[in-house]
Amino acid sequence: MKECMVRLIYCEMLGYESSFGYIHAIKLAQQGNLLEKRVGYLAVSLFLHENHELLLLLVNTVVKDLQSTNLVEVCMALTVVSQIFPREMIPAVLPLIEDKLQHSKEIIRRKAVQALYKFYLIAPNQVQHIHDKFRKALCDRDVGVMAASLHIYLQMIKENSSGYKDLTESFVTILKQVVGGKLPIDFNYHSVPAPWLQIQLLRILGLLGKDDPRTSELMYDVLDESLRRAEINHNITYAILFECVQTIYTIHPKPDLLEKAAKCIGKFVLSPKINLKYLGLKALTYVIQQDPNLALQHQMTIIECLDHPDPIIKRETLELLYRITNGQNVTVIVQKMLDYLKQSKEEYTIINLVSKIAELAEKYAPANEWFIQTMNAVFSIGGDVMHPDIPNNFLRLLAEGFDDEKEDEQLRLYAVQSYLGLLEEEDAVYPQKFLQVMSWVLGEYSYIINDEGDPEVIMTRLCKLLKKTFVTSETKAWIMAAITKIASLNRGSKTVDKLIQEFSTSLDTCMRQYAFELKHLCEDKDLMKNLLPRDASCNDMVVDASLSFLDGFVAEGLSRGAAPYKPHHQRQEEKLSQEKALNFEPYGLSLSSSMSSSGFTGRQSPTGLSFGSDVSGNSTEMGQKEMSSLKLDGVKKLWGKDGYLPKKESKTGKEDKLEAVPPGSTLGGNMVDHPLSEADQEVVSPSEEEKEKQQLASTLFVGLASNNAVSLMGKADTTTQKFKRKSKISETQNSEEAPSIQYDATLSFRPLPEAQSNDNENIQSTEHVRLRKSSLSSSEVLEASVSFKRPQSLTEAGLDAKLPDCRLSPSSLFADNNIEVFQPSQVIPSVVASKASLIPSLSEELANNPHSEAVELCSCDTLAVNLCKVWTDDCLLLVLFVANRSSSALKNVNLVFENSEHFKIVEGLSYHFPVIKAQSLESCQKSVQMEKNCMQEILVGSLNYQLEMETGLEFSVTLSLTDFIRPMKITTEDFGKLWLSFSNDVKQNVKMSPSQGSLSIALNTLQQKLKLHVVDIVGNEGLVACQLLPSVPCLLHCRTHAGMLALWLRSPCSALPDSLLYQCQKFQLATRRHARKQIHCHSSP
Amino acid sequence: MIKAILIFNNHGKPRLSKFYQRYSEDIQQQIIRETFHLVSKRDENVCNFLEGGLLIGGSDNKLIYRHYATLYFVFCVDSSESELGILDLIQVFVETLDKCFENVCELDLIFHVDKAGLAGAPARAVSAVKNMNLPEIPRNINIGDISIKVPNLPSFK
Repeated sequence: MKECMVRLIYCEMLGYESSFGYIHAIKLAQQGNLLEKRVGYLAVSLFLHENHELLLLLVNTVVKDLQSTNLVEVCMALTVVSQIFPREMIPAVLPLIEDKLQHSKEIIRRKAVQALYKFYLIAPNQVQHIHDKFRKALCDRDVGVMAASLHIYLQMIKENSSGYKDLTESFVTILKQVVGGKLPIDFNYHSVPAPWLQIQLLRILGLLGKDDPRTSELMYDVLDESLRRAEINHNITYAILFECVQTIYTIHPKPDLLEKAAKCIGKFVLSPKINLKYLGLKALTYVIQQDPNLALQHQMTIIECLDHPDPIIKRETLELLYRITNGQNVTVIVQKMLDYLKQSKEEYTIINLVSKIAELAEKYAPANEWFIQTMNAVFSIGGDVMHPDIPNNFLRLLAEGFDDEKEDEQLRLYAVQSYLGLLEEEDAVYPQKFLQVMSWVLGEYSYIINDEGDPEVIMTRLCKLLKKTFVTSETKAWIMAAITKIASLNRGSKTVDKLIQEFSTSLDTCMRQYAFELKHLCEDKDLMKNLLPRDASCNDMVVDASLSFLDGFVAEGLSRGAAPYKPHHQRQEEKLSQEKALNFEPYGLSLSSSMSSSGFTGRQSPTGLSFGSDVSGNSTEMGQKEMSSLKLDGVKKLWGKDGYLPKKESKTGKEDKLEAVPPGSTLGGNMVDHPLSEADQEVVSPSEEEKEKQQLASTLFVGLASNNAVSLMGKADTTTQKFKRKSKISETQNSEEAPSIQYDATLSFRPLPEAQSNDNENIQSTEHVRLRKSSLSSSEVLEASVSFKRPQSLTEAGLDAKLPDCRLSPSSLFADNNIEVFQPSQVIPSVVASKASLIPSLSEELANNPHSEAVELCSCDTLAVNLCKVWTDDCLLLVLFVANRSSSALKNVNLVFENSEHFKIVEGLSYHFPVIKAQSLESCQKSVQMEKNCMQEILVGSLNYQLEMETGLEFSVTLSLTDFIRPMKITTEDFGKLWLSFSNDVKQNVKMSPSQGSLSIALNTLQQKLKLHVVDIVGNEGLVACQLLPSVPCLLHCRTHAGMLALWLRSPCSALPDSLLYQCQKFQLATRRHARKQIHCHSSP
Repeated sequence: MIKAILIFNNHGKPRLSKFYQRYSEDIQQQIIRETFHLVSKRDENVCNFLEGGLLIGGSDNKLIYRHYATLYFVFCVDSSESELGILDLIQVFVETLDKCFENVCELDLIFHVDKAGLAGAPARAVSAVKNMNLPEIPRNINIGDISIKVPNLPSFK
């Protein structure tokens, strides 16, 4: 059997189906002797996967083996558990494995930790309670166990680094020991002590020290030490070095460590070993944002890497360049990327690069022509594999433009011209996405070149495309839409007639549909004009979301006896509350589906793609159309005029800058003008290759030239980007923000003309490139500082405005409750007032909670009892102060509460004061819980003491429901979920006083008096949540309607809504009376 | 995290494979084929890292490989692994095999696959890797030795 199993493993590996043998593998693990068991377990772990049903059969075996006295069996069981185990069966073995953590053999302990790691990965909640034991494992005397626990910690720290900061020191100590060679010699690998362990520890330290100066401080020493030790020339030491460098750049920076790390990176990059070079480039890419100077130091190496025979190195270099791209070197870098793109065949590379190029082109485009040409290249190469966002963004950019009509016009004109040129070529095959982009642009903007080009020509070219076999039906839909648009602008055209004729009989139903539509539209020119206005892609389309045009249909349906439509959630509620009632669902459903289908036509018709009557075609057709129309919708997002003004300005500002640059270096100038010629130049003069490279370097790193310029450039770039982002957001949020941003933008670019004139003077002398650059950078300093000031102060102002709110919010729960909350020092019962030492006062931690004033419960000559209620978050605390007024000490004072059916005192009913000194005060506290719901109940208690004879004092405490109500902080979504799950509900209308006309005021009073939490207020409806301690939630739905407040309460507890409603009414009434009194007061004088 | 370990020869014939995520047999074979395609195209004097196979997990993944005589050892890992670390791990793995078979060659992997020792050795190294309990490996080599010398007591760990 064992032999068969091994063979089966081999077959499975070669790709043959061997599922018939799985069950035998499990049997072997169950029944065999040790060796067979071993093979059985191995086969199981290779064959099965986590969710395989057969795995359940293994659980019993594992449990049996875990309990075995044979170490080997335990080991095997633990191994298989750490490799593969069904998640739902974890509880069955968890206690056994926990026991194994204390096993005397270290290998068992280690494997147990590994198994727990596996559990943590698949079900973190189940091992939550053993985090302490992980700590123990970390301190285990065996290195293997400790190392195994590091995996768990790495994972946990990755998820939440702040929770483990206290362990930093331990990790540092461990690393110190490892680096110092304190481990047993077997852990050495090529005389490096436990290298993989070191890597792991460095990772953990990096995660812990990120953005945390204090924690980082702890690890500087050990990092320095690791850097120093790892200098033997071996692969694995480089691995440690690389980790070190990465950690140093991740944690809070320390200058001299950074310097050392930078040196290391230099070593990597310059190394002749190609693997190290790769890693060096990776490290450079990682640190470039923090320290662009480093790239400058290695610019020649980077240039060499660009021409490296290894495509992987090349790609890494491009990645690096992508990070340092700015407005000045974008043409060169994008050109390099395109070159690489043309050579590469891998799909993954293409997708990746294409999106990067598109992003760069959009961000930094120096000129319209360049932009369009670059995008053309991107589309023609990336075409079918690229992310759909790219063409969509491109089209949106074209459609929305930059507010400068002339500029837009030019961009569109250029786009149309270039596409016409591309379509002219007879046999060219373009990717579908590119064709779609072309047809959309031609359809929308071909009118621009109407003066010189004939629409007929455009249409014939598009028609030709329709007949090509490689064009998919989706693209055909785009092309047809374009033709329809063009046709709408021109009266009767032969091409269109021919087209209609040809496709009316097409076998493709979709095309036939379009042909018919086009035919109908052509017959009714006015409708066509209305549907397809010229250059209206940016206009907002009004979609009747409420489907009001269907009102007639609905009314008709109702009159015929159909049930009124109920929204989904309402239906669900009904089903929950009355299971046995009639089921209205079919009615509701059919109505809704018919509504949605007719709604579909309604939504479609404005786009002009289809007629309502035609929609009842087959479903694929509808899907098709929906797809294309949806895409158009995506493009046609409206931008508020104010919204994109700033964006435009930043754009032109940048372009101005760029125009100033070219004359600076001759090569750079050429390249901006003829991006394609640059490559030729390089080929022509191989003897000057070195020089060329240097020039290339200077163009590539132009933005990074001087230290100042670099850092400021970066910042200036980010601000401009922010403008773009902001403007987008402001468009959606509110238009009020827009003017202020616009103001920022104008402000920030004002210094530019001066800077430019500065430039022009300097340009004369081409040798002074540096000088010129520095002046440029200085202008950017200005610009950056100006642009920075405004937004900052703005946000600061915003913050200030928010601050009071923030300060209020934590205390607002109870602070507003000023009627009931008093500082005990403010109001002191008059009896005790004279005796300063007997003033009851709460300890500090209790006083921080909201609490009532101290009230005297009872008193006699010798004793006084005061009570203070403290409303903590999770209970009601009764603090009783017993003051001894007599001149002798009291002994054996007992405080006893009587048993009450409504309340439960957690710590027991009685409290014993051994001694109360003369003229002093003792206190005791009891936390009380509500056992049974009630409005208001009395808790009775007595105080016994012995002076000369046994004396008793009785007192009573009144506790009301509100004492036990606490706000429940939940989100609106949670509210919705909970609402449906609660069964007990109560509804009631309460009259509102005229003074509290609005809902928010009414809710505010409730919030203050009853300690409720207002979840959300929408219009005239409000959601409120609270909980009865310990944890019975109650939800309130409030709605104002004609002076009435409709309250609707729901809770899992049946009595709670009633009593809460009573309280609400009480407070509502109280405020109303109060208000009425006020009105009287106002009217009487 | 290591996603898969593949060993195939110069012609793309799989010799050992272990996937740590579930794929159907077809996909597994496809992954091996595609990986072979990517790896075999590369010269001797280029780096040992390859980025972005589309098959296993996508862009986050790397292939780290070594070529010994007629065999390719490929580890497919995600970005949380140290590249050079894995590269040396392959070295350790091969050394382990070498010790098990006293001068390992492709034929050993084919004809001695039925030896529990072989089936155990890689799986053990692999399981150690999987749990990323890397410092263990030098020890495992010793245990591997024992399993060769004392055939009746195969490696259980």
